[in-house]
Amino acid sequence: MTSTHTPETVIEAVGLGRDFVLSEGPLFRRRRRTVSAVRDIDLTVRSGEIVGYLGPNGAGKSSTMKMLTGILTPTTGHLRVLGVEPSRERTRLAARIGVVFGQRTTLWWDLPLRDSLELTRHMYRVPAADHARRLAELTELLELGPFLGTPVRQLSLGQRMRGDLTAALLHGPRLLVLDEPTIGLDVVSKSTIREFLLRANAEEGTTILLTTHDLGDVERLCHRVVVIDKGSMAYDGDLAGLRATVPVPRVLVVDLTAPAPALHVEGARCVRVEGPRQWLELADNPTAVIGRVAAEHEIADLTVQEPDIEGVVASLYRGAAAGEPSPSPSPSPS
Amino acid sequence: MRVYPAVYIRGLRRYSTYRAATIAGILTNSVFGCINAAVLIALFSVRPEINGYDMGDAVTQVFVCQALIATVAVMGPPLDLGERVRTGAVGVDLLRPVSLMGWWLAEDLGRATFSLVFRGTPTFLVGTVLFDLVLPKTLGHWALVLVSCALAAVIGFALRYLYELAGFWILDTRGIWAIVGMLGPVAAGMLLPLALYPPAVSGVLRALPWASTIQIPAEILLGKESLPGGSIAGGLALQAGWALGLLLLGAWITSVATRKVVVQGG
Repeated sequence: MTSTHTPETVIEAVGLGRDFVLSEGPLFRRRRRTVSAVRDIDLTVRSGEIVGYLGPNGAGKSSTMKMLTGILTPTTGHLRVLGVEPSRERTRLAARIGVVFGQRTTLWWDLPLRDSLELTRHMYRVPAADHARRLAELTELLELGPFLGTPVRQLSLGQRMRGDLTAALLHGPRLLVLDEPTIGLDVVSKSTIREFLLRANAEEGTTILLTTHDLGDVERLCHRVVVIDKGSMAYDGDLAGLRATVPVPRVLVVDLTAPAPALHVEGARCVRVEGPRQWLELADNPTAVIGRVAAEHEIADLTVQEPDIEGVVASLYRGAAAGEPSPSPSPSPS
Repeated sequence: MRVYPAVYIRGLRRYSTYRAATIAGILTNSVFGCINAAVLIALFSVRPEINGYDMGDAVTQVFVCQALIATVAVMGPPLDLGERVRTGAVGVDLLRPVSLMGWWLAEDLGRATFSLVFRGTPTFLVGTVLFDLVLPKTLGHWALVLVSCALAAVIGFALRYLYELAGFWILDTRGIWAIVGMLGPVAAGMLLPLALYPPAVSGVLRALPWASTIQIPAEILLGKESLPGGSIAGGLALQAGWALGLLLLGAWITSVATRKVVVQGG
């Protein structure tokens, strides 16, 4: 297994799995039950890739992230990150990777952001000159200037997130592991962070592995997506491939001027009615369907919903659950 | 290894941001010191000597205790580590390329230093102004007292670190605090100087680590013969032994906890 290890392999997992033992039942009749959070994951990530690691809540994303960063010991399988076995050499690995958990912070709550960033210099033993140069760069790119002197507890979520990203990148890590980096952020902050990550990837060749529920993140950032469901890998490939595997139809949302019974139109299927608003799953060209609807009803407003990754992924899960890989064009009008 | 001094300085600065709390703390410690001193003065005016302690010794120990309460934190506050284990935020701590215990030790010693200088020292000064305290006569003796206070701070940290590590298994350490928050101050000689207990009881309590946070430093300041080996050196050796032993235990349990136990939260 290790013989396939090449210098540019950043993450190499073979048959990776993690079980948890749960105790249940009343106090004196507790039973122990073993649950696999992650099963038999094979994953190779090479230098310079941006990989989106997707799956519904509870699929095993965070467990995988914890194993990759060494804070959770795998039950089975072989795992190397930057050539190191994470759980055995957690501290050594930590010095060479950058990690951001979107819902947590590594910054010091009571102290100015500048102090936490200064501390990373000592933590990662970065020469003062390199640190100053990188901090200046990151300050400019992530627009940290106005709040470098502000105590972290007074920062907005977007500012704090940019602070956390800076802290994770100041030592120039080769691998950046991001767990929901844009969670809870507004559109502008999301976009700043995405552009920044693309730039770090393009200019420094930083390998990025991220989990997210944000489709924008995936579509804007990821060359490659890995989908995990119920602990097992369900897909590994590019985004277009994922869409092709599970074609999800586009949905036409029509607002009629008055409530009407479910429309029966050629080339579309009504999947939901809510007062005057109806959701039509398109099998045909939208223009043709819109024409047919307009011929019979007065339309107040309409939009076409593109299949989003969440929908694609959801269908993929359902397909996998039913034992048929593809295609299962069930709608997700969300 | 310059990261730990940097963390220490930040711990110091972090607590220096709470100025009103510091002033309130000095006031509280001084008031409690006066109340406890008045009770012991009443006791010693009936019995001038108990197990080698006289009125001056007892009142001095009251103010050593009030000066060290916040520094060694026998009654709390708990380390933030406990809450971070409960919520899973400790995952972030474990992702730093530093030792978990070293990080928290450095931070807590920063806090302890701030507390000793800006809260303990003024409290003790209030005691010397209001009462007739027994004080060391030489600079060398004062220096040994300072060493003893530093060791007490390390032991105070190590005890709290162990309480919080239990959180990796039991998740919520409030139960532990309910017990040690009550027993700790008694065993430390905080409620009453240990000399006032029957010798058999005080002998046992003196050997426990809590005594090394308050009772032993007080006896070192008083230069008592009840110290192990009858000398200040013996007292310091006992403290150093506890500091080292508890830190080693902490380091070992940390490695077991991080290997076997699950960091909470998604």
